Amino acid sequence: MQILIKGAQVIDPGRIDGVKDILIKDGKFAQIEEPDQIKPESDTQVIDAEGLIAVPGLIDVHVHLREPGHEYKETIESGLKAAAAGGFTAVCCMPNTKPVNDNAQVTSFIIEQGRKACAARVYPAGAISVGSSGTALAEIGDMKQAGIKAVTDDGLPVSSSQLMRRAMEYCKTMDIPILVHAEDKDLANNGSMNEGPKATALGLRGIPNASESVMVCRDIAMAELTGARVHFCHMSTAQSIDAIRQAKRKGIPVTCETAPHYFTLTDEDIPPYDTNFKMNPPLRSEIDRQAIIEGLKDGTIDMIATDHAPHNIDEKDVEFDRAAFGIIGLETALPLALELVGRGHITMEELVEKMAKAPAELMGINNDLVSGNPADLTLIDPDYEFIVDPDTFISKSRNTPFAGRQVKGRAAMTFGNGIRVYEAK
Amino acid sequence: MRFTKKDILDIQSLSKDEISMILDTAVGMKEISERPVKKVPTLRGKTIVMFFQEPSTRTKLSFELAAKRLSADTVSISKSTSSIVKGETLIDTAKNLEAMRPDVIVMRHSSSGAAYQVSKRVGCSVINAGDGTHAHPSQALLDMMSIREAKGKLEGLKVSIIGDISHSRVARSDIIGLTRMGARVSICAPDTMIPVGIENLGCRVEKTMESCVTDADVVMMLRIQKERMGNLLFPTEREYAGLYGLNNRRLGLAKDNVLVMHPGPMNRGVEISSEVADSGCSMILDQVTNGVALRMALFYLVAGGSRHADTD
Ligand SMILES: [Zn+2]
Ligand SMILES: [Zn+2]
Repeated sequence: MQILIKGAQVIDPGRIDGVKDILIKDGKFAQIEEPDQIKPESDTQVIDAEGLIAVPGLIDVHVHLREPGHEYKETIESGLKAAAAGGFTAVCCMPNTKPVNDNAQVTSFIIEQGRKACAARVYPAGAISVGSSGTALAEIGDMKQAGIKAVTDDGLPVSSSQLMRRAMEYCKTMDIPILVHAEDKDLANNGSMNEGPKATALGLRGIPNASESVMVCRDIAMAELTGARVHFCHMSTAQSIDAIRQAKRKGIPVTCETAPHYFTLTDEDIPPYDTNFKMNPPLRSEIDRQAIIEGLKDGTIDMIATDHAPHNIDEKDVEFDRAAFGIIGLETALPLALELVGRGHITMEELVEKMAKAPAELMGINNDLVSGNPADLTLIDPDYEFIVDPDTFISKSRNTPFAGRQVKGRAAMTFGNGIRVYEAK
Repeated sequence: MRFTKKDILDIQSLSKDEISMILDTAVGMKEISERPVKKVPTLRGKTIVMFFQEPSTRTKLSFELAAKRLSADTVSISKSTSSIVKGETLIDTAKNLEAMRPDVIVMRHSSSGAAYQVSKRVGCSVINAGDGTHAHPSQALLDMMSIREAKGKLEGLKVSIIGDISHSRVARSDIIGLTRMGARVSICAPDTMIPVGIENLGCRVEKTMESCVTDADVVMMLRIQKERMGNLLFPTEREYAGLYGLNNRRLGLAKDNVLVMHPGPMNRGVEISSEVADSGCSMILDQVTNGVALRMALFYLVAGGSRHADTD
């Protein structure tokens, strides 16, 4: 079984940039050649990809799949299908399920469910601490053998500096990265949106920027102390970006991600008490949004992840201060990131770097478009214009602030292991 | 001019003309409360639901008296009798209430925006009787009514508000309303009680109580929540009273016929000394009296007033 993708603009940053034909054979890349050099065999499926962009499979390093435990919000299958529809060939799922993914049994279950889904791949992240309770180290080595690619207590900060130190040292031995949910809960003070004039006017308790950046600064110090690979999740503030920029200049091995909503929206965009705009960290000020864009431009921010956080309407259609934090993002991330390209903030090549290559590197995966590699590939249609309609989402949840937004660009086809796991209608 | 608002959710959404109309209507209503028979048939046959999720004896009593003086029927549900304790959501409760066909729902809730969220789901009028730390429009309107009654105007007055602005919906609504009507508002408190960006609502933040009170036409003191001390807002009541309490000495810095206000209930000896609270410049009891008239005006305007003027 062979697939020949003809005439796409192929972008693999630092390696390929031009119109090529791609031959996929037995689930792997077989040849990538100048146009019309590959002669299809009789059973070859030929895909005319003229006008499309072919890139290494997009990887989202931060999603919540909710299974086991909260299948009514999302299942591994629905989440991975939503990912494929968004152009992602793989996602890293956070361990805050019920039970928490803090042992090899849960890890194996997630991987098995992922295999059955026949959609995007799943790279589970294991918990740092048992039950993510912040007290004792989870069996990270055991989980690594079962298939985790990273550890995190995402959803909760590791409040104990001592536990964080030991976790970093241990993960350095295991050679897996620590994904940091940077939040000082005490400082966040049960707030429900960004601290600022808008929160003051709405009478909602604010979450200050420092609740994120103090923990970023702490864990930069710890990364320097331990030499562990530390990755900061969902960066939202100017101060955090500044701190990471300085840390990188000093050669400390840190990376970070931001999410599309942090470079697209600010707290001023929140319609009164619309809980589809409630997430943690919260939408920040315009100054922060600009700092995020600057961080993406100068490479301080290595990657774009979604923090896809599905919630049922029951958890959102309540008082703002009682509503669940989190928005979904798998099916809107690509068009929103393409807005950055459209506005000239980053190049298409940089987008591929931030959505495919850097995430692969963090997960310890070779994601190059090179013969012999598993054929994980995303075909992007950069010109398709549409209005975001949550009713068309494959995700089981609908909690997005982008409903009704006019966007441009989407995944036309997504291939995992050479299998077409998504095709746009 | 006709009053066309379905709901009274906050002061922000009321224009200067609408505020004036409410205050003028309330002046007319006040006369009813002075009569030997304090009742008119204006809202006979109308049903008003008092939905108080958060306890408030004073505000609830004031709304109830206002409704009764206009001959409306009132029913109450409170936290203990509502299904909320049984796990029902706010939206479900609101839809249930609406199914009983009330004309007005008066709502007090501990979450900011709750009245706004309910108003989006129900066809009847919603009056916000206080939501979280967001808004308390009827209190701000009665404050404006009381000041206008005593001073003859609002325009050009200097109003000083002192106390826990961060946690005060009254302060937010007063700042917005008074500045909209042309008054100048200064606020003062330790920074632990000044929310970020409050000056965007149109007020000026003063460093000391003395500078805030100087030349004031009105000094409004806010209640200090004693239980908040554990929240690190101020060290002790003793220190707070010394730095931010209103006493005769500080009041001497204000204009000669200054008015002193307080939304109640007062902590005597903390934010306000008894000598000031009981003095001739205290408007505190006038505020309570005007509260009933002002709430009668709100009922009249949303449920039986000019929207139905042709059939009256
Ligand atoms: Zn997180
Ligand atoms: Zn997350």
